[in-house]
Amino acid sequence: MRPVLIKGGRVIDPSQDHDDSADLLLLDGRVEAMGAAVSAPEGAEVVDATGMIVAPGLVDIHVHLREPGREDAETVASGARAAAAGGFTSVCAMPNTDPVTDNQAAVGFIVKQAAGADAARVYPIGAISVGQRGEQLAEFGEMVAAGAVAVSDDGHPVVSSHLMRTALEYARSFGIPVAEHCEDPALAQNGVMHAGSVSTRLGLAGIPSAAEEIMVARNILLAQLTGGHVHLCHISTAGSVDLIRWGKERGASVTAEAAPHHFALTHEACFGYDTNAKMNPPLRRGEDVDAVRRGLADGTLDAIATDHAPHHYEAKEREFDDAPFGVVGLETALGLGLSLLVDGGFLTLPALIDRMSTTPARIFHLPGGTLKRGAPADVVIFDPRATWVVDPSRFLSKSRNTPFTGWELRGRVERTMVAGRTVHQAT
Amino acid sequence: MTTPSLGKDLLGLEPLSREQIELILDTAEPFKEVSERAIKKVPALRGKTIVNLFFEASTRTRISFEFAEKRLSADTVNVVAQGSSVQKGENLVDTARNLEAMRIDMVVVRHPSSGAPKFLAERIRSNVINGGDGTHEHPTQALLDMLTIRDRCGVIEGLKVCICGDIAHSRVARSNIWGLTKLGAEVAVCGPQSLMPGSIEELGVTVFRRIEEAIEWANVLNVLRLQLERMKAGYIPSLREYYRVFGVTLERLERAPRDLVILHPGPMNRGVEIDSRVADGPHSVILHQVTNGVAVRMAVLYLLAGGRPELAESAKASERGGGA
Repeated sequence: MRPVLIKGGRVIDPSQDHDDSADLLLLDGRVEAMGAAVSAPEGAEVVDATGMIVAPGLVDIHVHLREPGREDAETVASGARAAAAGGFTSVCAMPNTDPVTDNQAAVGFIVKQAAGADAARVYPIGAISVGQRGEQLAEFGEMVAAGAVAVSDDGHPVVSSHLMRTALEYARSFGIPVAEHCEDPALAQNGVMHAGSVSTRLGLAGIPSAAEEIMVARNILLAQLTGGHVHLCHISTAGSVDLIRWGKERGASVTAEAAPHHFALTHEACFGYDTNAKMNPPLRRGEDVDAVRRGLADGTLDAIATDHAPHHYEAKEREFDDAPFGVVGLETALGLGLSLLVDGGFLTLPALIDRMSTTPARIFHLPGGTLKRGAPADVVIFDPRATWVVDPSRFLSKSRNTPFTGWELRGRVERTMVAGRTVHQAT
Repeated sequence: MTTPSLGKDLLGLEPLSREQIELILDTAEPFKEVSERAIKKVPALRGKTIVNLFFEASTRTRISFEFAEKRLSADTVNVVAQGSSVQKGENLVDTARNLEAMRIDMVVVRHPSSGAPKFLAERIRSNVINGGDGTHEHPTQALLDMLTIRDRCGVIEGLKVCICGDIAHSRVARSNIWGLTKLGAEVAVCGPQSLMPGSIEELGVTVFRRIEEAIEWANVLNVLRLQLERMKAGYIPSLREYYRVFGVTLERLERAPRDLVILHPGPMNRGVEIDSRVADGPHSVILHQVTNGVAVRMAVLYLLAGGRPELAESAKASERGGGA
């Protein structure tokens, strides 16, 4: 493979506190050197990154790639290409496939599909329980050996506190986080959006914030009890952010993520019964959006993860009650982060890179998220000033279910490189 | 001044202006008389085809719409789909597009999902009338309630109307709140807190926790049906206690400082939310509501079909003159 020299960009690497103009040399799939005026070896491809940001490739620890089961909505390959288009070099695929990714063979299938994609790396997440039924632990050890990087019953909260306890304990043997969708199903009932003034007007059943917060609190307490690492998915409420802050102060091994839609939109997006504003956890109030932004700013929320949830168009072309939860997110996440969190004054640009790359890689123990010498040559190059308008028909994802159609976002991905190979380039 | 129109659809009272609501009520007035005649028919919608598309059980609303349609000389078809469209295997939009392919003019839709009529209205050319959607709106019910209140009290502006019962799950409550507040009434709601939706005050209503307070305050009570399954779902402990604590009883009404008008959208649970002696007594306008339901639905159908309000009277008169 030809060496690649990326010249003249502003290189931001939170893992080294680096934010300066520099050249970056990639050799044999790894970072070889970073510094001022690195000279190009014989035969190197030279990429002019003048005016661009050069950063470790983005890492998304929460996506749904729908394969096996709903290949009409997404496949591992199409999801990996959508990820690369969004600047991501690694994504972690949730196990709520059909059949459920709850054993070593199923994990191996995801690994195999990802290997052929020639796009972002895809790391499988195994199920916590067999069939995600919340009854019997899945075989963590074999799944980890086959390539799983975490376990989760995402979409199906682990209702039994006993099972969650044993999952946290058992996961310690393998050094993996247990990622949990925090929701008390008895309290959420048949809710389809946030319980509040908008649900009252629309006559839609609501999911109270407490349905999330009860489980956030329980999971923090179980992390303390067991010493296991609990990772709390897609945090959506101000109360949850407060609880996580409290848990971290008490020394619980807890990490948390927030999805771009939860720092971008409120429940008012549901007016008009727009099914592209239907997700779980639901869009919340303005003060929750603000708390999520501040939580990301002060590090209470460790990472941004998209919860990329593709659905075939006809699935969303329904009555609000009957439409599935979820929105696609891989191709809009960086633009939303730059436009709302950086321009909004919540995060510096290096802090945004940290929340979207360095920290998620660290908490899921993934290679990447850094440009240190010897690290995988996973790199994103983006133009921080270019603006673009979200047009779902241009998505590489197979699905179009975004609430951001027509939004003007800042920050265009110019090139995404995995192991030194360009897997996406802006046209 | 231009005459307001209703636009293509009637999806709820929230999007309507005061003028549009008054237009419907005023247009209903001449239609009341049609139902009192020996030959209950005017030719206003002759040649129009209307589908009553009911995805949820309904007796009185469907019959009321059907009478209204037939008394306007429309051709009507009733489609009753069991369960939700999804369980049926065909989705709502396909059902509607198939009906439209048979060249219909209007659809009256009742559906268990809030927002379903709007969803439909955005996807078909026919006029769509919301016959009740989930826990969202039931605009023709609120219109007939308002017509009845206006008949009895003369004017709605300044009246104090309290809606009592299961507000959380009631589309009748929401439509009444929007309609009555737009017409200048003061609106309150009263019921167990476990059946009160969050942030209801933001709709511009007062909340009473006790039925005695509501009765002392109000000129009009609109008593909602308590769905019996609310008890099993854990919202209230028992129907017996509900009646004792929240029931509109004769004893409570006798302690009121003024005579109240009692409405109920039906069907009633006698001895649960309302005392039989109240339902059958002089305060009750419950059967008057049912009569007005036909006139209000005739007005809505007539206006959506493009009928001009000032012609409603003459349309009726010409038919009489023509000696049907």
